[in-house]
Amino acid sequence: MASEDIRLDHRIIYSIIGTESRVLDLGCGEGELLYPLVRDKQVRAQGIELDDKAIQECVKKGLSVFHDDIEHSLREYPDNCFDYVILNQSMQEVKNVDFVIHEALRIGSRVIVGFPNFAFIRSRFMLFFRGKAPITKSLPYTWFDTPNVRFLSIDDFSDFCTEKNIRIIEAHYLGERRIIHFWPNLLALNAIFVLTEGNA
Amino acid sequence: MTETGNKTDKDNSVGVVKTQYYTYAMPGKEHKLESGEKLGPITLAYETYGKLNKEKTNAILALHALSGDAHAAGVHSGQDNKGWWDDMIGPGKAFDTNRYFVICSNVIGGCKGSTGPSSINEATGKPYALDFPFITVADMVHAQRHLIDFLGIDKLLCVTGGSMGGMQVLQWVASYPERVRSAIPIATALKHSPQQIAFNEVVRQSIMADPAWREGNYYEYGQPEKGLALARMIGHITFMSDQSMEEKFSRRLTSGHFSFGFDADFEVEGYLHYRGANFVKRFDANSYLYITKAIDYFDLSGGRLIPGGKAIDTRFLIISFKSDWLYPSYQSQEIVRLLKRKHVDATYCELRTTYGHDAFLVEVEEQTTLIKHFLDKTFNGYLVVSDHGI
Repeated sequence: MASEDIRLDHRIIYSIIGTESRVLDLGCGEGELLYPLVRDKQVRAQGIELDDKAIQECVKKGLSVFHDDIEHSLREYPDNCFDYVILNQSMQEVKNVDFVIHEALRIGSRVIVGFPNFAFIRSRFMLFFRGKAPITKSLPYTWFDTPNVRFLSIDDFSDFCTEKNIRIIEAHYLGERRIIHFWPNLLALNAIFVLTEGNA
Repeated sequence: MTETGNKTDKDNSVGVVKTQYYTYAMPGKEHKLESGEKLGPITLAYETYGKLNKEKTNAILALHALSGDAHAAGVHSGQDNKGWWDDMIGPGKAFDTNRYFVICSNVIGGCKGSTGPSSINEATGKPYALDFPFITVADMVHAQRHLIDFLGIDKLLCVTGGSMGGMQVLQWVASYPERVRSAIPIATALKHSPQQIAFNEVVRQSIMADPAWREGNYYEYGQPEKGLALARMIGHITFMSDQSMEEKFSRRLTSGHFSFGFDADFEVEGYLHYRGANFVKRFDANSYLYITKAIDYFDLSGGRLIPGGKAIDTRFLIISFKSDWLYPSYQSQEIVRLLKRKHVDATYCELRTTYGHDAFLVEVEEQTTLIKHFLDKTFNGYLVVSDHGI
């Protein structure tokens, strides 16, 4: 597989995760991210996924996956039993975000959160000039048919982390095909944050 | 399942098979049961499919449910009764006999060739009847371990089964974790719930209420047919779902009009009568009593599946069925929660079938996908495709 075929967010997360890490992927889909990690980096991976078909695909790839929704899936895990908990493109579909992030921080040393930026410049234009709910590359759904229940900007999430005493170790801002270096809250389609618990 | 298929499809059937017998626990070496009583000699009926490899690393033990037997796949010579998991065991099937060596044995307490209440008690020369000691799922598994030792297999690639078969799977992990590389418990529970015990008690009472049961000493006279048939009818209701009964029978009538009598007017009644009548020909009433009791005693909750502090490297694939109300998904999820706490490598999937508890026997396609790939990964590990990363 040529590397340009791989989604940019997956490439970034792949590069963050170290060899032989213990990884939990919340909303792992068909395992597109976990599979290369397990194959190349001998990661000890566990996925959580609600979609039946996606689970079958994960098992076909040899991945271990639990059929469950994200909010119910975390409670039983002991503290710090994962090196990374991934919440990529699934946080915006979770109702109880605060609870999920805190549970993820409890069971994982680091939490990788990837989400679409609602304050992306095109969204702003659509809302401001056309007066319509934005539809962008990272938020491709119509208002009446979307899995998303949370709409947030990069700045919103940074504020959330400050307020909840969550430390941001790394931040990556993504355009359609490349990394964004300036004014991410305006120019990035997606963001990836690596989080850890702040000092008490 | 007792449905008889058409002609055996040679391409995907294990073909003609023969039941074999293994006897142990000879005088002086009796098997000490969980109850403290001793039993011996013990015979286990078993069948095998496929070939054991040289390293003896491809053996799979398939465990049957309440009324099952050692005949899991293929046909017996001159007969057309396919094994109870013939859809799942065979060349190219979920348990692929081109690659794996599959063993299935009849449980102790059963009546299909393994020692049970209808077997002859060597001390008296008569069937044990109620002199047969009470057995547990742990005793069944202990007996199977003797068979696996006899077959020279140190570590099973996989232990699998549905319903009571799934309980035996869990018991194998609890009793001999180092001998189980992977476990596939299907439509089962860590412990029998009050509702499950209640159904079993009604089943037992219906057998024991039949005067023909004669306190268990009916062997000279014939089975307590009415009680046993009734017991099985109750069982079959719990194996199906509201939806599967609607699909299978709806309110269709057997003769097109009401009889205004107590005959079987509805197809569903006819079906239950047929199932009950068939069952008395093939299953011993006392075995039904003993085995249901063993299931009721089953409880691996509270740290008994994986004792505290112990790490196990058994991989799990847990399957439940959305429409199964006898062994509801929450019971499988209890197993999952326990494995999470212990950080055991596991996969759990709830399949959306309408078949109810029977699904583990009849829902072939999705189970096959899951099991096939899970076994493949267990047996071969990851083939490293690339080392360049992505």
